[in-house]
Amino acid sequence: MSESTEAFELPKELVREFDELLTHYPEKQAALIPALHRCQEELGGWISPEIMEALASYLDMEPVEVFGVASFYPMFHLHPTAKHVVGVCHNVSCDLRGATEILERVCRVTGAQPGRASSDGKWFVERLECQGACASAPMFDLDGVYHENLEVGDVDRILGEVN
Amino acid sequence: MAKHETYLLDRLENEDSHTLSAYEKAGGYTALRTILEEGWTPEQVIEKVKASGLRGRGGAGFPTGLKWSFMPDAEKDPRPRYIAINADESEPGTCKDRVLMERDPHGLIEGILIAAYAMRVSTAYIYVRGEYRFPYDRCFAALAEARKKGWVGANVLGTEFSCEIWMHKGAGAYICGEETGLMESLEGKRGHPRPKPPFPAGFGLWGQPTTVNNVETLFNVPFIINRGPEWFGGMGSEKSKGNILVGISGHVNKPGVYELPLGISAKTILEEFAGGVWKNKQLGSWIPGGSSTGFLPGHMIDLPMDHDSLKEAGSMLGTAAMIMLDEEACVVRAMEVMARFYDHESCGQCSQCREGTEWLHQIFGRIENGRGRMEDIELLTSLANGMAPGKTICALADAAAIPTHSVVRHFTPLLEEHVKKGACPYKTKTLTTAGA
Repeated sequence: MSESTEAFELPKELVREFDELLTHYPEKQAALIPALHRCQEELGGWISPEIMEALASYLDMEPVEVFGVASFYPMFHLHPTAKHVVGVCHNVSCDLRGATEILERVCRVTGAQPGRASSDGKWFVERLECQGACASAPMFDLDGVYHENLEVGDVDRILGEVN
Repeated sequence: MAKHETYLLDRLENEDSHTLSAYEKAGGYTALRTILEEGWTPEQVIEKVKASGLRGRGGAGFPTGLKWSFMPDAEKDPRPRYIAINADESEPGTCKDRVLMERDPHGLIEGILIAAYAMRVSTAYIYVRGEYRFPYDRCFAALAEARKKGWVGANVLGTEFSCEIWMHKGAGAYICGEETGLMESLEGKRGHPRPKPPFPAGFGLWGQPTTVNNVETLFNVPFIINRGPEWFGGMGSEKSKGNILVGISGHVNKPGVYELPLGISAKTILEEFAGGVWKNKQLGSWIPGGSSTGFLPGHMIDLPMDHDSLKEAGSMLGTAAMIMLDEEACVVRAMEVMARFYDHESCGQCSQCREGTEWLHQIFGRIENGRGRMEDIELLTSLANGMAPGKTICALADAAAIPTHSVVRHFTPLLEEHVKKGACPYKTKTLTTAGA
């Protein structure tokens, strides 16, 4: 991989967290998915190649192995997203209660299209498969928080409160 | 409203039900205390669970006590051993384990500790789907409290019993709810299910003896220890004992998670608990136990909700996640949504599943969107027969094939109507599938 001398380094706080995480498991690699989550949360909302290299080195793995895992799981973004991420569930229970209209409204309010960010870089919209909010459908996840029992009119209000 | 004994959700009414103090005030951790203070043997615990008739609540309905007894004899096989708690709840329609994790996490923790004692396990992992941040946080906080109080960790109540429980996050892959996919994922790999045998009890996490149990399954255990297998066996039906959490979603007036005795009629659940079909409409079709269990026509609503009755009707209890569709909802459209899901979630190891789910998605999509052909209907059956049963490493292919068969079996006239008209007769809005 990169021969750069100014290699990206994981922040010390994260390394301390990961050191503790390793004590939970008999093998280092088990910490990979929780560590990817923490990196995505703390380091800009996506998993960059530099993060993958740093985690590989920390966990004694090959970068390509880290890529193989990160690319398998839909929650990991391998490209930059935006300041805020809205994920709209479009599985069957939500679909039956108006997920299509919710998604359309989210796109209109944010100016983003599913899988793409809005031009101002504020919003990233994605479709999600079942989120386990079936009895409180339809729903979306805004920056990791569920908003349930939605009606189309709620979308403007909830997204309008976000800076 | 039909009266029945409840226990699973009773504590949720208590103030701050998720905290240790509320749990202990409600009699929490007494089952574990009884076992440790009275010096029960692990075998005695397993016998109680066996005698109760408890069957797994994660979908397969396997007898829990029997599963526990598959773990090798610790004296002859001193390898480290593990429990993995399946909190990956991602079968479409299923939203019940989340209720327990959010509002009564100590009930789960006590269940885990008893299971650990019974199987001589000292490390357990709660594998929570990554999207469940709030349930994760609640369980994490509950574990910290339980650890501080000495319920979790070394030498519980001064005995030789020690057990550590760790939280572990998944990252959005349905296949990790399959027990071997879950173990691969917990090891930090892609969630590719493993061929069985070897079974987890002999070769599980890191190749060591492992048992995977669902959240609701373990949540039942302290009640069985406290109140006895006879009490537990007094609820439910002959071969499906106890109460079960039924999630009901879709076109009903009161969607929600209800605690009901196994064997209760689906019609009673719909009418007396979920408030009937919404907007004064009639029931068109329904799914009894999560998307993988397939569609039944509305007139088949008077079925008992238990493992064997639904099996006889050509469906499954699954996770008891009922999805209701009113008379104006298009089954083909709902099936297109589900086929898209299985296409998206297939891990790709087995060609029957990787290709089959994509084909099903395409075919249901073109029928729904008015571009179907009459021969597509036979093709659906032929594809589903090529995918399952038992033709792949795990049951994801089955999960896509079963609803496909159910649509052909019960709704062929509707499929034909789509093809003849060149459009969906219900004029449902086309699914927007552009973009990611």
